[in-house]
Amino acid sequence: MRRVDISKHELVPKHEVLSEEEAKKLLEELNISKGQLPKILKNDPMVQKIKAKVGDIIKITRKSKTAGESIYYRVVVNE
Amino acid sequence: MYLSEEEIVERIAELKEKLPPSLYNDLERELRRVKITEEDLKKVVSEVLRRYEFAKVEPGEAVGIVAAQSMGEPSTQMTMRTFHYAGVAELNVTLGLPRIIEIVDARKKPSTPMMTIYLEEEYAHDREKAEQVAREIETLYVRDVMEKSEIDLVNSRVNLYLDEYELRRKKLGVEDVVAKLKSIKGVEIEENGNIISLTMSNPTIKDLRKLANRVADLHLRGIKDITRVVLRKEEKEYVIYTEGSNLKDVLKIEGVDVTRTKTNDIMEIQRVLGIEAARNAIINEIQDTLNEQGLIVDVRHLMLVADMMTVDGTVKAIGRHGVSGEKASVLARAAFEITVDHLLQAAVTGEYDELEGIVENVIVGRPVKLGTGMVELVMRRELEESKEAV
Repeated sequence: MRRVDISKHELVPKHEVLSEEEAKKLLEELNISKGQLPKILKNDPMVQKIKAKVGDIIKITRKSKTAGESIYYRVVVNE
Repeated sequence: MYLSEEEIVERIAELKEKLPPSLYNDLERELRRVKITEEDLKKVVSEVLRRYEFAKVEPGEAVGIVAAQSMGEPSTQMTMRTFHYAGVAELNVTLGLPRIIEIVDARKKPSTPMMTIYLEEEYAHDREKAEQVAREIETLYVRDVMEKSEIDLVNSRVNLYLDEYELRRKKLGVEDVVAKLKSIKGVEIEENGNIISLTMSNPTIKDLRKLANRVADLHLRGIKDITRVVLRKEEKEYVIYTEGSNLKDVLKIEGVDVTRTKTNDIMEIQRVLGIEAARNAIINEIQDTLNEQGLIVDVRHLMLVADMMTVDGTVKAIGRHGVSGEKASVLARAAFEITVDHLLQAAVTGEYDELEGIVENVIVGRPVKLGTGMVELVMRRELEESKEAV
C-alpha cells in the first residue's frame, strides 16, 4: 500500500498557513475578528497535512470557474 | 501611431489588481492580436473597467434568494421526467431531482454510491493492466466463486464446490481459495479437484453450519464496499466505474490516478480530501446532475450554495437540520418550519431577537435590510454641533 498525497487531487485547492503578520493585516483589512471567518476543522485532512494549529488562518487559492482564481480564508477550529 | 505588444501589456499591467485573472487574461490575449493606438487603448481599458464594475453584484442584493430561485425553477422541470435511473454503462446511478435533494440534504451515504477511477498513464492505455487494477479493486468473497456448499453429515464435514467458470473469469485458482481458507483456525483442508472439504475435530451440527456460513463470507480479495466494477474504454483511456465507494482505499491501489479519481459520496470526500474538496464536489455534482438533464444554471449560484453548506468546516444540509435550522433569529426559524416548537422553546428559554434578518423584519413590519434598506445613517453629533457654532 502506497502513501497518498491528497494535495495533488484536482478537487483540493492550495492551502497555506498565514504568518502572524499576514493574519493581522488581513483581519484589519477586512475589519473583522477571527471568529467571523469561515471555519475549517483541525482534523481536516488538509489541515493535518500542512500542520496548521487551532487559531491559524489558512489561505485557500481556489480555481474558480468564473474568475480563474479566487482567494478564500478559513480559521482552524476545534470542532 | 500603433502600440507594440510589449507596450500594450505594460499599459494594462495595472488592471491585474482590478480584474479577476480570467478576465485579465482574456483582455491581454485579445489586445495582443490587434493594432491599437494609445488613445484607443485607454478607451478600451476604461470601458472594460466600467462594464466589470457594472456587472458586479451590488451591496444589499439578495443573492441567496436569487440562487434559490435559479436552482428551484429548473428543478420543477426535472420532477416531470425524473425518478428513473439512467447510467454509465450497466451501473445504476441516482440522477435528477432525487440526486439534487440528496446533495443538498447532505446525506450520510448517497443512495447509489459510485466511483469513477482514472488510471495512471502506464495503466490507462493497456487493457491487461487496467483489468488487473480492476480485479484488485472489486471485492470478492468465497460465495462469489462457489457453486454451492454442503454439510456432509456422514463424514461430518463441509464440502465446498467451487465454480470453475467463475474462478477462471476472476483469474483465481483453487489454491488461492485454499490459501485464504487457512486463516480459519482448527480446520483441516482437503482439496479434490474443485471440491474443497473442511473437517473439524468433533463438530456439532451447529458448528458445521457456522463454518459453512463463515467460509462463504470469507473475503478473498478487493476493497471493502466496492461491490461491482465496470471497465470502460473512454475516448482516450480505460476508466473504471464502480458500484460502491471507498475513496481512501482505492487511492492506495497501485496504478490508480490520485489526481482525478472521484466518488459521488460527498461526505467521504470531506473525510478523505477535506472540506474544500467537498465544496468543489458539491458544485460539480449539482452541475453535472443539472447538465445531464439539459438544464443550465449559472455556477455562481451553485458556488453560493456550496459555500453556505461548508462555512463551518463540515458539510451541513440546507433546510431544517442545517443552514435554516441554525439561524440566530427565533422568528426566522419559526417562519421556516415547525413554527410552534421554535416559538415555545424560545419562550421557555427567554430567547432574544435582534431583528437583524429579513424574515424577522417582514413579520414585525419594519423596512427590510436589503438593497437600499441596508444603509443606516448615523449623525455625528459633535460634528454637526461644531458647524452650528461657526
